[in-house]
Amino acid sequence: MLEIKHISKTFNPGTVNEKQALRGLSLALKDGDFVTVIGGNGAGKSTLLNAIAGTWKVDEGQILIDGVDVTKYPEHKRAAFLGRVFQDPMNGTAATMGIEENLALALRRGDRRTLKKGIVAGERKLYRDMLARLGLGLENRLTSKVGLLSGGQRQALTLLMATLKKPKLLLLDEHTAALDPKTAAKVLETTETIVNQDHLTTLMITHNMRDAIHIGNRLIMMNNGEIIYDVSGDEKKGLTVEDLLKKFAEASGEEFANDRMMLAR
Amino acid sequence: MNIMVLINALPGAAAQGLIWGIMAIGVYITYRILDVADLTVDGSMCTGGAVFIMMMLNGRSVWLSMAAAFATGMISGLVTGLFHTFMGIPAILSGILTQLGLWSVNLKIMGKANQAINVDKYDLLVSLRFIKNVPFYKNTILLVCLITVVLIVVLYWFFGTELGCSLRATGCNDKMARAQGINTDLGRVLGLMISNGLVALSGSLLTQYQGFADINMGRGAIVIGLAAVIIGEAVFGKVFRNFGFKLLAVSLGSIIYYLVLQVVIWMGIDTDLLKLLSALVVAVFLAIPVWQERYFSKPVKRGGNS
Repeated sequence: MLEIKHISKTFNPGTVNEKQALRGLSLALKDGDFVTVIGGNGAGKSTLLNAIAGTWKVDEGQILIDGVDVTKYPEHKRAAFLGRVFQDPMNGTAATMGIEENLALALRRGDRRTLKKGIVAGERKLYRDMLARLGLGLENRLTSKVGLLSGGQRQALTLLMATLKKPKLLLLDEHTAALDPKTAAKVLETTETIVNQDHLTTLMITHNMRDAIHIGNRLIMMNNGEIIYDVSGDEKKGLTVEDLLKKFAEASGEEFANDRMMLAR
Repeated sequence: MNIMVLINALPGAAAQGLIWGIMAIGVYITYRILDVADLTVDGSMCTGGAVFIMMMLNGRSVWLSMAAAFATGMISGLVTGLFHTFMGIPAILSGILTQLGLWSVNLKIMGKANQAINVDKYDLLVSLRFIKNVPFYKNTILLVCLITVVLIVVLYWFFGTELGCSLRATGCNDKMARAQGINTDLGRVLGLMISNGLVALSGSLLTQYQGFADINMGRGAIVIGLAAVIIGEAVFGKVFRNFGFKLLAVSLGSIIYYLVLQVVIWMGIDTDLLKLLSALVVAVFLAIPVWQERYFSKPVKRGGNS
């Protein structure tokens, strides 16, 4: 489904702030894979997701989604293949627009925007049904402005928008990190439900090692722009947080450095 | 101070306010919907007037001349849009560059710094002579009202389409817009084109109204446009929630601006000071929401118990 071949990215080349964020990274995802991504601060996790999403172009390498070479596609064109949820709940939705307007934008992801009506009456039933699945009572607030919603509600809505039109690949960039623990657990539960129901191929960055172990069928650990550990199936299920920390020390030769991740143990 | 002088001047002020209101709706599209302060308008206002008057003087019809003004306004918006997106220049600087360039363009269109047109010799749609003592269907205020309503209806329809919604999303949150497959560069260019088309159309109406086009006619237009947007929101913001009514509020805001201006002039203020006054008023009104946020906001209570 996703094939990444030797991609590299250096930020601010030739300056004192030069940072090689990805170093010839390769990764292949099978259809229906649910992969969790962990790693220390500055390991390149978000950079990897941004490279796939096309926030900027990679310096080297190739990215294929569902067999299509998207390496040269601009961000908005790649969106046809992708569903994305960001860490900051403010980023995924348009605050001054209504819930149904946001969903209508998402339903048309990958289509040409024409002069047809932005929302057709028939869509509202679909939106109501989908919102009811979230269990947040949003199905009765279709015309409410998204800016009025809480962070957790906005993140759940973003998740719905990312999956309303089934994406080839779902990219979740620490999408529960900015939420309080209770809300985070709820959003994560919703994530698993949607991913399982729609059999979505998913790449999820998380700072919570237990989540990384218990969710999904494959786990990758990143450090310094490379994948240093890749585990799936039964071996992954049997992992403990201690195993992961040991693996990290072995592979990188240093202690695991991620403030939030240490706290989340 | 003769009150009759003021009362006699008010219909003219209202007509001017209506005409500038169309420009202000253009400013609303960039400033409020696209979240860009577009300074192109100071130039494209005059471009609209210049194109219109030269077309008329060369014997074209009033409607064709106005359509040409609208089209050239869109082209100036396109230029600013390309400066901003294709060439990566910050929006505000892109507008200043286009505005400066348009100064020369406007001079070249008109051939000199101003051109006059005689309403008796040319069949104009609106004029300051058509305010009083004309059959109602020729009344300038009524005609500009009708044009404004038609424009608002068209804009209301457009911003409800898929394309219009994508423009609104671009202005609100361009990261989200791109993630939903919206070409935000295209949206910005399109928005700037529509906005400046409206501004130039307003310039063509103003030229008819005052009977001449002048190289300086758009100077400070952005400030007047912002004033109209802010006044409209301050006065009608609580009542008008619907998008169409919000546009109407901008037009009404522009009328209020010109009525107040007329009163201030009637009270005998030195007219040289008017632009300074406008600038200060707009500055203060722009600051109010910031001050509210900074000094008077209450901490927001968030859900959750952590």
